[in-house]
Amino acid sequence: MGIARRQFDAVVVGAGGSGLRAALQLAESNLKVAVLSKVFPTRSHTVAAQGGVSASLGNEEPDNWHWHMYDTVKGSDYLGDQDAIEFMCRKACDAVVELEHYGMPFDRLDNGKIYQRPFGGHTSNYGERAIKRACAAADRTGHAMLHTLYQRNVRAHTQFFVEWMALDLIRNQQGDVLGVVALEMETGEVMILQSKATLLATGGAGRIYSASTNAFINTGDGLGMAARAGIPLEDMEFWQFHPTGVAGAGVLITEGVRGEGGFLLNKNGERFMERYAPTVKDLASRDVVARAMATEIKEGRGAGKDGEYILLKLDHLGADVIDKRLPGIREIAKKFANVDPATDPIPVVPTCHYQMGGVPTNVQGQAVMPDGKGGEKIVKGLYAAGECACVSVHGANRLGTNSLLDLLVFGKSAGQQVVKDIAAEVVSMPDLPADAADKTMARLTRLDTATTGERVSDVGGEMRRTMQAHCGVFRFPDSMAEGVKKMLAVAERAKSTFIQDKSKVFNTARVEALELDNLIEVALSTMISANARQESRGAHDRSDFPNRDDKNWMKHSLWFKDGNRLEYKAVQLKPLTVESFEPKARVY
Amino acid sequence: MRFQIYRYNPDVDAKPHMQFYDVPMEPTDRMLLDALVRIKIEDDTFSFRRSCREGVCGSDAMNINGKNGLACITKLADLQEPVMIRPLPGLPVIRDLIVDMSQFFKQYHSIKPYVVNDTPPPETERLQSPEDREELNGLYECILCACCSTSCPSFWWNPDKFVGPAGLLQAYRFIADTRDQATNERLDNLEDPYRLFRCHSIMNCVDVCPKNLNPTKAIGKIKDLLVKRTV
Repeated sequence: MGIARRQFDAVVVGAGGSGLRAALQLAESNLKVAVLSKVFPTRSHTVAAQGGVSASLGNEEPDNWHWHMYDTVKGSDYLGDQDAIEFMCRKACDAVVELEHYGMPFDRLDNGKIYQRPFGGHTSNYGERAIKRACAAADRTGHAMLHTLYQRNVRAHTQFFVEWMALDLIRNQQGDVLGVVALEMETGEVMILQSKATLLATGGAGRIYSASTNAFINTGDGLGMAARAGIPLEDMEFWQFHPTGVAGAGVLITEGVRGEGGFLLNKNGERFMERYAPTVKDLASRDVVARAMATEIKEGRGAGKDGEYILLKLDHLGADVIDKRLPGIREIAKKFANVDPATDPIPVVPTCHYQMGGVPTNVQGQAVMPDGKGGEKIVKGLYAAGECACVSVHGANRLGTNSLLDLLVFGKSAGQQVVKDIAAEVVSMPDLPADAADKTMARLTRLDTATTGERVSDVGGEMRRTMQAHCGVFRFPDSMAEGVKKMLAVAERAKSTFIQDKSKVFNTARVEALELDNLIEVALSTMISANARQESRGAHDRSDFPNRDDKNWMKHSLWFKDGNRLEYKAVQLKPLTVESFEPKARVY
Repeated sequence: MRFQIYRYNPDVDAKPHMQFYDVPMEPTDRMLLDALVRIKIEDDTFSFRRSCREGVCGSDAMNINGKNGLACITKLADLQEPVMIRPLPGLPVIRDLIVDMSQFFKQYHSIKPYVVNDTPPPETERLQSPEDREELNGLYECILCACCSTSCPSFWWNPDKFVGPAGLLQAYRFIADTRDQATNERLDNLEDPYRLFRCHSIMNCVDVCPKNLNPTKAIGKIKDLLVKRTV
């Protein structure tokens, strides 16, 4: 088949924070780079991050990267790899300062330094008390960051392919990744983008749940591509439910609200977090707070007509502080909750927010997988960074503000590694296999020719309801087993989706059908990995195994699409230069 | 609820037409975007952009009952029926509500939207006082949705020559940044009969901005700087 083909040194899939940070590294190295994005770069979902990016700058009070590292290891419930966590926390200050030099409009202290606020799970002196570590631009940190990174890429003349959707990875017999097959949405044309290096930066897939803070575009495209290409997905059972999504709407209310002094109340007006986390209360890590809220609701102490939500009170901060530090929140609360937080509390519920798992990588962003001999091998030509990657710095639960740090640090290191690998000719441009685009074209042809079938919205709806009901904050063995059955059935249905729209021009129905294929891989991997993990750790909480089991389960899950097979790999407990943090009971 | 929506698919339509949709709404449907998503479920050929659904990504700008706005933060309860939905005015239509925004972004890029500072960066952050930082408020929050520029008659007439309110707001964002050293070059870049001075303070931009920003005020400040520079 005569599919157009173009060649690049590197293809970056996704132009959110990690994709833009990586792209910058590549463009400034004068490589020929194509950055593909389903949306104009500044519309990527990094734009919705609110509260801050963590770095132990110590602008407000003494701090150091080792405390940050401890908090992150503890936050991960000891599933995070300590080498990667050390790597990230050590680089945090430089990453934030670099961004400031790029022009990021951080809020400022009186002495002119970057403003920092407290955030959940971030503490002083190994858990003593909450610390001001989150560097913020009001409650629009993600927006400010994404625009700054885009602007810097404009300066570097990065080449963007805007409104292009990558559909599949191309791998050869040796398993090397040779580029992607992609769709130009405006024209409907399919093209092979051949490259020495392919970097996935496609973000999360929170749209597998009904109630999600995530954007419509967060459909796990990189994960679907990787899974179909035979690359495993790591730790997919770990999904973060953010404590404060607007009840009913799902829109995010930053933890920065609690960082600035807001707190949660049940229907009795009780500040219940004092019972669950006596030391840092509302600033415990997110899995802890979300579970406490869900418990309050379950036990009949939720507010609202049906006791279905919790109240987030911040009126005591005063309208001035709210307008200065949390202006976006006031806007969102008025629009989506019909309350003015300067006078009334915001109704909130734990809402799916972040995917801790992803494509397994090392700290250089190189994709890795089992070599079949008990070890690990690098997937030549494939890199991943940001939410779609699992390096793993977040383990079983991510700390707030560590996502923005993750994408800066690993976006950059992945970019640097690509530059290095291309210079050393570790990666090159081998011939494409003759069938490079066959599977992709078969999927497209089926959609183009099907005259009957399942509606994409019906299958997607069933997937979201299944995940919400069977794989939420609290997980139950029978319910999970049923969830697996249901998801397998949903995945079957997804093979016969049908769209009325057969047009070439900006066919968003086709895009949504292709996105569903990716969501299904993510949902299936989540359900199956969760059902298999017989312990409770971080965001994975199951009733029949209520405790963490370090003896049997301090290991990462690896899900393979082929046969829904699971393998496991050890957690890296050894940091790069310092002593390990030994697992202990997690109390906040 | 009743909607009347601009439809055009160059693959099948000789010319655009308006199509009626009657949509049964659920109590949970709060915003216009909820209704558009519902319409798309019934008629998947209906095309529009959307992403964050909370007013920060800028994807779903459109003309709603004659006024530009974001579908995701436009409350259904505030809309008169039939709700008339058209693409943003003045830009080429690719399909239905999807417009070609190349010209808009070209103008944004033309103002050099990045901090220029050629002194070697210090090891820590460049310092900026809270007061100086405050100058960026009302500027940096722009989401590039194009509601403003596509409601501006001057931009309709000269989209290739007039930078437009969005681009000029950003031009001033960098002029106002104490860390930026390129104010003179930025002013040079705008001193021309079209790029800046086609703004006649009609203020449609202010009226429609979904983030309540004020491009006209920023344009006024740039004009002041140009005047100051000549005296």
